[in-house]
Amino acid sequence: MSDLNGLRIADRKHIGLAEMLKGGVIMDVTNAEQAKIAEDAGAASVMALERVPADIRKEGGVARMSPVKKIKEIQKTVTIPVMAKARIGHFVEAQILEALAVDYIDESEVLTPADEHFHIDKFAFRIPFVCGCRDLGEALRRIGEGAAMIRTKGEAGSGNIVEAVRHMRALVSGIRRLTTLAPEELMTEAKTLGAPYDLVRWVAKAGKLPVPNFSAGGIATPADAALMMQLGAEAVFVGSGIFKSSDPAKRARAIVQATTHFKDPDVLARVSEDLGDAMVGLETSKLPEKELLQTRGW
Amino acid sequence: MRVGVLALQGDFALHAKALEKCGVEAVEVRKPSELDDVEGLIIPGGESTTLLKLMEAWNFVSTIEKFHGAGKPIFGTCAGLIILAREVESPTQFSLGLIDVTVERNAYGRQRESFEASGVARLDAGPIPLEMVFIRAPRIRRLGPGVQVLAEHRGEPVMARQGRVLVATFHPELTDTTMRTAWTCTLLDRTNRSRT
Repeated sequence: MSDLNGLRIADRKHIGLAEMLKGGVIMDVTNAEQAKIAEDAGAASVMALERVPADIRKEGGVARMSPVKKIKEIQKTVTIPVMAKARIGHFVEAQILEALAVDYIDESEVLTPADEHFHIDKFAFRIPFVCGCRDLGEALRRIGEGAAMIRTKGEAGSGNIVEAVRHMRALVSGIRRLTTLAPEELMTEAKTLGAPYDLVRWVAKAGKLPVPNFSAGGIATPADAALMMQLGAEAVFVGSGIFKSSDPAKRARAIVQATTHFKDPDVLARVSEDLGDAMVGLETSKLPEKELLQTRGW
Repeated sequence: MRVGVLALQGDFALHAKALEKCGVEAVEVRKPSELDDVEGLIIPGGESTTLLKLMEAWNFVSTIEKFHGAGKPIFGTCAGLIILAREVESPTQFSLGLIDVTVERNAYGRQRESFEASGVARLDAGPIPLEMVFIRAPRIRRLGPGVQVLAEHRGEPVMARQGRVLVATFHPELTDTTMRTAWTCTLLDRTNRSRT
């Protein structure tokens, strides 16, 4: 735990690791072979999970933490940081991931939640957590629980960027709004947001979150990655978008380039050429509410 | 006075902020041509494998070698040190060889083993207390004869200099005030001297 002008948040070394990942791409992988492809393509980190979100969506059933053996194989194969997902509220999966010394735990809505009411107390761990959010209130609740990095949720496994855009815009405009409020308005705003008052005050003054803010859920093309970066993401998570495309290595390299050169349309045009087929996308507005992953957690 | 920060991947924005606190214009460098009009370069923390891929894709290697050859200062933190070192271990990988040290990657372990410590830097301006944040940090395993140690942690070098190349295994850019300023000013001091 660290103290940022009286604010109780995650350790500086843990927030620091998120700082080191900025401008990078964190790629979902299910085994060592995919992890190697990701690292060779220039991924800044890999995320170990049992199945990519598109398969979880298609196959259904309970989605859990990645098998221990797979995580160990991935750790042996790559030198970049290895993250892994735990179910929301499943603090024992998190304890196991800590024992395995993964570099970051994603307490993720992509897996089937283990607890409908409570997220993990992230201050109780020696390794950092990243958590998803759809708006400022959700981001500040997770930071208040000890998350060292925030990612907007988007809609995982959809190949459709619209939800990621919605969540990033909601977060950024939520932050901007706070900076316009008078001090006496902040307590009411904290109540409305359902967010810790100290964090609300901090963000109102700083005009940003106290931890890095990345984007996830629906990125399928280099243009999608650059769009999220231009909207304010500091790095991107790509899940199904890479290994559900026709040429994962090439697409992965292109998304890495696009995330670095996100403001340069000439580079974006060049890296977007001849990538083969992107993953098949879903019209998220037609998905029934119960099939949405983003509504898991609160 | 303009100093470039290699902005391919990593915590380049924090370095840029530290420079600006020191009254220096920071320039984010994503293409080799952007090195033409800066007087110093910072290679930030990040993932060295990622940085190397992006450097290769844009022919940064020869450009940075020329930049160094022209006597301009370069400062590397963590991944930046790995890229500047003569030799890299675990795994062996390409590096620029602009400072005569051997560096072992992730030498303290994974993130669970990351830590903070305090120490002292022996800079041109005198000793300065350090807050050091080590994140999946490398260790300097061998020092060449021309390398001067500027700070140690438990008897091991964590900050060093050879000619106009400065390196640290930790992240001065993550900590506030003294070190951030001192570090940047050291870079400036050396830049100004190289002009005279």
